Amino acid sequence: MITDHLPVLQVVIPLLAAPLCVVLRGSFAVRQFVKVVSGLTFLCSLLIFTHVTRHGAMGYELGGWQPPWGIEYRVDALNAFLLLIISGMAAVILPYGTRSILREIPREQHHLFLAIFLVCVAGLLGIAVTADIFNVFVFLEISALSSYALIGMGRSRRALTAAYQYLIMGTIGSTFLLIGIGLLYMKTGTLNMADLALRMPPPHESSTVIAAFAFLSVGVSIKLAVFPLHTWLPNAYTFAPSMVTAFLAATATKVSFYLLLRIVFTVFGVGFAFEAMHLQLLLPPLALAGIFVASTVAIFQTNIKRLLAFSSIAQIGYMVLGLSFGTATGLTAGIVHLFNHAVMKSSLFLAIGCVSFALGAVDLRAMRGLGRRMPFTMAAFLIGGLNLIGIPFTAGFVSKWYLILAALEQQRWFVAGFCLLSSLLAAVYIGRVVEAAYFHDPDPQLTARPVPRGMLAPLWLLTGASLFFGIFTSFPVGAAQRAALLLLGGAP
Amino acid sequence: MSPGLFNDWIVIFLMMTGFYTLITRGNLIKKLIGLGVFQVSVFMLYISMGKVEGGTAPILTEGVVHYSNPLPHVLILTAIVVGIATLAVGLALTVRIQEAYGTIEEDEIRELGGIE
Repeated sequence: MITDHLPVLQVVIPLLAAPLCVVLRGSFAVRQFVKVVSGLTFLCSLLIFTHVTRHGAMGYELGGWQPPWGIEYRVDALNAFLLLIISGMAAVILPYGTRSILREIPREQHHLFLAIFLVCVAGLLGIAVTADIFNVFVFLEISALSSYALIGMGRSRRALTAAYQYLIMGTIGSTFLLIGIGLLYMKTGTLNMADLALRMPPPHESSTVIAAFAFLSVGVSIKLAVFPLHTWLPNAYTFAPSMVTAFLAATATKVSFYLLLRIVFTVFGVGFAFEAMHLQLLLPPLALAGIFVASTVAIFQTNIKRLLAFSSIAQIGYMVLGLSFGTATGLTAGIVHLFNHAVMKSSLFLAIGCVSFALGAVDLRAMRGLGRRMPFTMAAFLIGGLNLIGIPFTAGFVSKWYLILAALEQQRWFVAGFCLLSSLLAAVYIGRVVEAAYFHDPDPQLTARPVPRGMLAPLWLLTGASLFFGIFTSFPVGAAQRAALLLLGGAP
Repeated sequence: MSPGLFNDWIVIFLMMTGFYTLITRGNLIKKLIGLGVFQVSVFMLYISMGKVEGGTAPILTEGVVHYSNPLPHVLILTAIVVGIATLAVGLALTVRIQEAYGTIEEDEIRELGGIE
């Protein structure tokens, strides 16, 4: 049955399509081809998601080798949801990108650019689907190397230095991960995550395992851009081509967050991470500092892409905060925010991509009067901004709601208060853009090129989704609750 | 110092050398060299972990009972490939930076507005 092979097809389809892009060469042909591929990938993860929701986790033994020895792909409630997010984002952003790259990438490089993009998608899907921790490292590097190349293809020459910075930081992060994996293997003799959890020696018996935990969590935190390890992110997001920024903001950091969840909860377990390593004391200060520092820095940015990049760092803080509670509600909040932030931040970056397409500039001056000149784009931006602030009836409100519930559950009044307060900062930085767009006259010297419908449609699809999931919350919250219970060792 | 720990000391020494080079050098190529040394130290960590005392290379022959564990060696083959790919992308970016800025010294690029 084809259903049995879905977990591996999920990765194989984009991975094999990438070299085909290079063979096809022609810009038009490749651009149509990648749309079909992203559609197929999305279909694949939809099938997986429905299968997992109905029948529980599915496994796949690569090459027929049994799990603890061979590499296993395993999809449960958590990564089925994540696969859906990654491939869904790819399926929405690729049709947008096939038009936005017309102005950003030279025509003769289109096939290479899109091929690298598919490799990046395959890498991210691979991290999500695999149950083998060394395989995670390999896929992490596949996605990371391709994203360095994608970022380096930005129009400005600063994209190159941004990509270089990211390469250095990212490689340090993944090498830390490699050290951590090695130390774990030394102690347990296995690489399968479920098997690792069974064989994990208690923390007071082995300092090697504690070192492994430190290396793994710091390594992933660099990839996740947890404050203060976020320095690579603003430049990388600012200078990358529009579609790359939107896609990486929606998926790359989310996959890293998933990896952190897996390492903390599946591999090491709550007892190890929270009772012995005191994550509940270590992470909240970092998360809150990240939220406040990044939001404050965002207020003073004039480049809108950079502003949104700093806001991303703040939003990662919310997710980490959700994790740091270590309770079902906290994890639900983190995972719901993972989904909601993927939707809203990609819609914001797509809106800015439209502005960049129309004007060729994305600074605050260029935004003046755009509310009248580009009403559809700016309305989408406004809705995305309201999501970031967390206005009721938007998706952003739902994640804040669960986060504050989780904080109140543990009587952490300060944390709950800080969450509310930080929304005000978001209101300020979004407010500055909205004020420029709606309350200033447009610059008569700047001429706006019409934005094709093919770019507006994906933008509004995501904007619509962020409103839809703000009102009909059962899908993301249900999926997140199932995933949270799974991580804490409960039923499915 | 037991011979078992000797390897670990070498690994730590190499790791710190690579890391220090990576942090302190301003030349983009030298940074990549540091990164390379840093990665190689981890390769050595894996390779020495697979050694079984008194074991030989994992090839089936008569009269041999103890073999070294080949799995870490295989894993690190993959990691070496990843390391080469990283170095290649890093060097390619450095070439492009040289073309765009006319220099690969970090402080000069900063003066040209390439780094904040």
